[in-house]
Amino acid sequence: MSTRKPYVRPMTGWWLKNPVYIRYILRESTAVFVGIYAVILLIGLIRLSSGEAAWNGWIDAMRSPGAILFHCVALGAAVYHAITWFAVAPKVMPPLYFKGEKVPVEKLVTAQYILAGVIYLVLLGLILWS
Amino acid sequence: MHKRSNEPIVWSLFGAGGVVVAYSMPVFILITGIAVPMGIVSADVLAYDRLAGFAAGWFGKLFLLVIISLPLWQSVHRIFLSLHDFGITGGEVFFRVVLYGAALWGTLLPLYLLIGM
Repeated sequence: MSTRKPYVRPMTGWWLKNPVYIRYILRESTAVFVGIYAVILLIGLIRLSSGEAAWNGWIDAMRSPGAILFHCVALGAAVYHAITWFAVAPKVMPPLYFKGEKVPVEKLVTAQYILAGVIYLVLLGLILWS
Repeated sequence: MHKRSNEPIVWSLFGAGGVVVAYSMPVFILITGIAVPMGIVSADVLAYDRLAGFAAGWFGKLFLLVIISLPLWQSVHRIFLSLHDFGITGGEVFFRVVLYGAALWGTLLPLYLLIGM
């Protein structure tokens, strides 16, 4: 057995030391809520495929206070994911040109907000009124 | 022979999932998790006949597969890359198998269920 005991600098709570790191961890943490919600949807699909009684049981489960609380937090996480996604997307995709000029990042971010607003409204319309 | 990385495939699923989450998930969470359970909108919106009918058509099947599977890939990829940030530095193979395995399961199971609906 080795008697060597190298010093390893403790890194616990490193992300609390800078607002940029906190926002980074917040952004990455949205993945946990996204994953849990996707599993909730998957369970819903399993229940849907098992018939009406099973599906109604899933709907009832969504009515528990804990479920509603989770979904309120998950909604915040999904919106935060969207905001950060729209901010990063223009930086990771190839530059876009319009009339020979590079489209500025701010315009691409705004365009995504408009597109998201339109898609949200269309989805809400289809779900609620059709 | 040069070993090819599976990173492009995983990243593509992550990217597609991120887009799906950003452009649609807030609406779904609002409807299934808040508005219908709290009675803000009628439960008829998520009535069995309506959803089962939707899942019976090919467009509905594709739609449901996309909104369940792709967010899972987005989620597990992000969680995998964040493990290091929380001091979890070992067990890379284990976490790869568990996380990406879960996403694969979350793709094949809905695919199987939807085909039979």
